[in-house]
Amino acid sequence: MNLNFSFLSEHWPAFLSAAWTTLQLSAVGVILGTIVGVLFALMRISTITPLKFLASAYIEIIRGTPMVVQILIIHYGLTTVGINLPAFMSGVVALTINSSAYMAEVFRAGIQAIDKGQVEAARSLGMTRTMTMRHVVLPQAFRNMLPAIGNEFIIIIKDSSLVSFIGIGELMYTARTLQGSLYLPIEPLLVIAVIYFVMTFTLSNLLQALERKLKKS
Amino acid sequence: MINVEGLHKSFGSNEVLKGITTTIRQGEVVAVIGPSGSGKSTFLRCLNRLEEPTSGKIFFENREVTGSQSELNKIRQRMGMVFQHFNLFPHMSVMENLLLAPTLLKKGDKTSGREFALGLLRSVGLEDKQDAYPASLSGGQKQRIAIARALAMQPSVMLFDEPTSALDPEMVGEVLDVMKKLARDGMTMIIVTHEMGFAREVGDRLIFMDGGVIVEEGNPREVMANPQHPRTQDFLSKVL
Repeated sequence: MNLNFSFLSEHWPAFLSAAWTTLQLSAVGVILGTIVGVLFALMRISTITPLKFLASAYIEIIRGTPMVVQILIIHYGLTTVGINLPAFMSGVVALTINSSAYMAEVFRAGIQAIDKGQVEAARSLGMTRTMTMRHVVLPQAFRNMLPAIGNEFIIIIKDSSLVSFIGIGELMYTARTLQGSLYLPIEPLLVIAVIYFVMTFTLSNLLQALERKLKKS
Repeated sequence: MINVEGLHKSFGSNEVLKGITTTIRQGEVVAVIGPSGSGKSTFLRCLNRLEEPTSGKIFFENREVTGSQSELNKIRQRMGMVFQHFNLFPHMSVMENLLLAPTLLKKGDKTSGREFALGLLRSVGLEDKQDAYPASLSGGQKQRIAIARALAMQPSVMLFDEPTSALDPEMVGEVLDVMKKLARDGMTMIIVTHEMGFAREVGDRLIFMDGGVIVEEGNPREVMANPQHPRTQDFLSKVL
């Protein structure tokens, strides 16, 4: 097999800006997904039945349908009801919704794994439910959940490739475009595979370092 | 100081407390004993509503514990509780454990809170552990810190739920010593315990519970020396 990477000398800026787009999409998706995920996790463990039901339904539906379908529904479906989001925004919304459903389950499991005695100790001191959650439960839960959260971050970086379906110029889209225009079957894909791996591997190492740091204290 | 009127508690169809009525006076040290399953821990946990009573009323310093949630949070600030399993916050240092609730709830200035907390650590003999994390402490040390943490809120009553039951035997003494000192200083204390010697020595009143009711109560020495009720006699003959 003859691999020809000479196109990189001319096209590397395209990959660079695509990688930046992928990073932006993933970062925003992860951050918003985490925030929305915490809210849904709290709803799911609340004692208010309608909130609980709403959260469960949301989580099950989002986890139970393919992300590509969600992306296409959000982008084209919203257009039919008169909401015209730019492709990048649609991508962010789709990634946020998707990651929030998985994050909600990670947070729920993490919160429920904290010993009941911790909550009782905090409440017996007169702390409110919110104070207890914020200062006692969530910090401990977060530490336990770090590996699962890291997993989710990595999945989002990889899944962001699916937004190429709606024409966002991220890595996957750029590779497909160059594949066609340069008649190169696999070289652009190999390039983005390497870029994706560098991103996820760096993230994975950062998270491991954070885990070690938290363990020490 | 604490009035309990007709307290009932059921878990599903299992009735654990079948009508408790009692009064705890200021400065009184009350030891609650009884066989396992007698409802003594549930009784204690109802006093600050960690367990929700099924029926009955509880008053503390003329405020109703069984009232609203916001009232309850204020009442809890005045009722310290010490647990069998310590329940220290493992992600915080000893000092942070002591200061968390006072900082969040009283908003007093931090330096005086820290001074006060240091004084508490000194009184439980663990002044040098203020920067340690709970994982590095022994069971006895953890329980002494837990007592100091409860005292940091300056409560007017302390509830102890089998505070020495999870400890290795050689560490029981150091925790009981701290509790004795607290009793001498006039703290109102309600202690669910299996330590009969401690109950006799420190207690002003002994409550014997069985089957969800108070079977017998009185001066610890008298009850232990001369129990009136057959169930008290039976229980004491097994543990003394």
